Amino acid sequence: MSRWPRRAQYLLLIVWAVFTAMPFLWAITTSFKDVNAVQGHVTYVPWLEFEPTLEAWRQIFGGAGGVNLVGPFVNSLIITVCASAIAIVLGALAAYGLSRFRYRIGPAKNKDIVFFFVSQRIMPPVVLVIPFFFLLQMPGLLDTRLGLIIVTVALLLPIAVWVMVDFFDNIPREIDEMAMLEGCTPMQAFLRAIVPNSAPGLTVAAMFCAVFGWNDFFFAFRLTFTQVQTLPQAVVALNSSIPPWWTLSAAALFGIIPLLVLAVLVERYLSKGNLAGAVR
Amino acid sequence: MTALRRYKVLFLAPGLLTLFLIIIFPLLFTVRVAFSSWNVASPQMDWNAGANFVRMVHDGRFWSSVLHLVVLAGGTVLVEYVIGFALALAVWREVRGRRLLRVLFLVPMMTTPVVMAAVWQMMFHESLGPVNDLLGRIGIAPVPWLTSPGPAYVALMTVEIWQWTPFMMLLMLAGLLSLPREPFMAAAIDGAGPLRTFRRVTFPLLAPVSVTALIIRLIEASKMSDTVYVLTSGGPGSATETPGYYLYIRGLKEQQTGYAGSLSLTYLVLMIVALTIISALLVRAFRSQEELR
Repeated sequence: MSRWPRRAQYLLLIVWAVFTAMPFLWAITTSFKDVNAVQGHVTYVPWLEFEPTLEAWRQIFGGAGGVNLVGPFVNSLIITVCASAIAIVLGALAAYGLSRFRYRIGPAKNKDIVFFFVSQRIMPPVVLVIPFFFLLQMPGLLDTRLGLIIVTVALLLPIAVWVMVDFFDNIPREIDEMAMLEGCTPMQAFLRAIVPNSAPGLTVAAMFCAVFGWNDFFFAFRLTFTQVQTLPQAVVALNSSIPPWWTLSAAALFGIIPLLVLAVLVERYLSKGNLAGAVR
Repeated sequence: MTALRRYKVLFLAPGLLTLFLIIIFPLLFTVRVAFSSWNVASPQMDWNAGANFVRMVHDGRFWSSVLHLVVLAGGTVLVEYVIGFALALAVWREVRGRRLLRVLFLVPMMTTPVVMAAVWQMMFHESLGPVNDLLGRIGIAPVPWLTSPGPAYVALMTVEIWQWTPFMMLLMLAGLLSLPREPFMAAAIDGAGPLRTFRRVTFPLLAPVSVTALIIRLIEASKMSDTVYVLTSGGPGSATETPGYYLYIRGLKEQQTGYAGSLSLTYLVLMIVALTIISALLVRAFRSQEELR
């Protein structure tokens, strides 16, 4: 191979790596700053240009004059885990059905039903959120975790179905047919023969659901107010006033730590080739 | 047979019904409320015979927001595709530190958009942000990133591209990893250089993945509103307003529920029509690529 594509490759990788890392480096350094290090002129290097302090990190865990983000963190965690779990159970059941049986609902066949699920991703959150407000108001579910879990399921179910249909299609039918020959009902065949073989697909679906669930802002923003606040909501609330940048930075980092862990896991799965099937 | 039927229903019904209930009510509500004068002063489901739609036709701010979205979504998705594809190619081949780079490149798309928009807002701060500071060091005068229309566009697109190029990279890389080896070996035997191999083998083979990736990103990008809300609040003035953000102002801030309903419906229909046409065109364009091989 000639040398210039190699050089272009490294240049691209270095430039993009710096660009990608920039906001994180800025947030990390800023989270250790105090008012003197933010005002006046821009500082980058701790110890050299400013004296690092842990004040911001104390503040987001309920220190004096700060906001406690542990509550919002727990809310986000509960809502994401519950909504993802429900979406994956419902999604996997539906996907298995759609992958193995032939359905007909009016003129709609399997392909159309899958399309119905996936097409819901087109709905802009802002369009849904006004009706959701009234939908949740009647049974008194506004500003509750349960209410937010219900609408988040609607957000995640299409993703779960999309990933799982593809995955089940690639599992040989012989596996469930064997189980049924041995006297299992279809449901037992699904639970005992298919689910144990579906760890990669379920993991990918779970990761997608977790990311989208955790990152939702608009639903939480308009459907919960004082009783339940999610982490993205809490971080944006910090941004709205005259920003104490150090607290905002620490809060932002705290909010994305779980996602960084997930990013490492996604890469693991990618290098094992498990995502390859999802796009074919 | 009836037992099988029962199981068929048992598998599909829970998910389908859940989605149906959660989606159908909002849709029906939106359609109905769009023809009412429901607002914060009189929340009632009356019939105002399409007055909302007449108002909408003359609402220049709404149509500008649609235009902004076309530019923002189209522009960012195109840039994301080009860079994402290039990055996928770059980390597909053997590079030192490949796995670390892959993780780093994946991170932006997994982080919370509104949270990262808040971080970017600090970075774009006119006097205290690092972007202008670094530009100043190479002799470029401070840019009013978030207070002047042109730069605000650039800032918004930068954040979107920063966040979503990794998604393109991920899909294109997954596509690359699933390619058969034979066409590449054949190209190598023919003595094709890297550019020729790309044009004749890699690009056509990845045409289906390209279509999928572009369409998914266009769908997601046309919902753009969170980043706008945090980064520019649609400003300066209404220069960077997208339909999603404009709907938020009319429907949620001012609680003109009826009018917002008609805007929602129009926005949805426009989106579906535009995306259907674009998808059809993309499929056709890329299919001809495949046939060229």
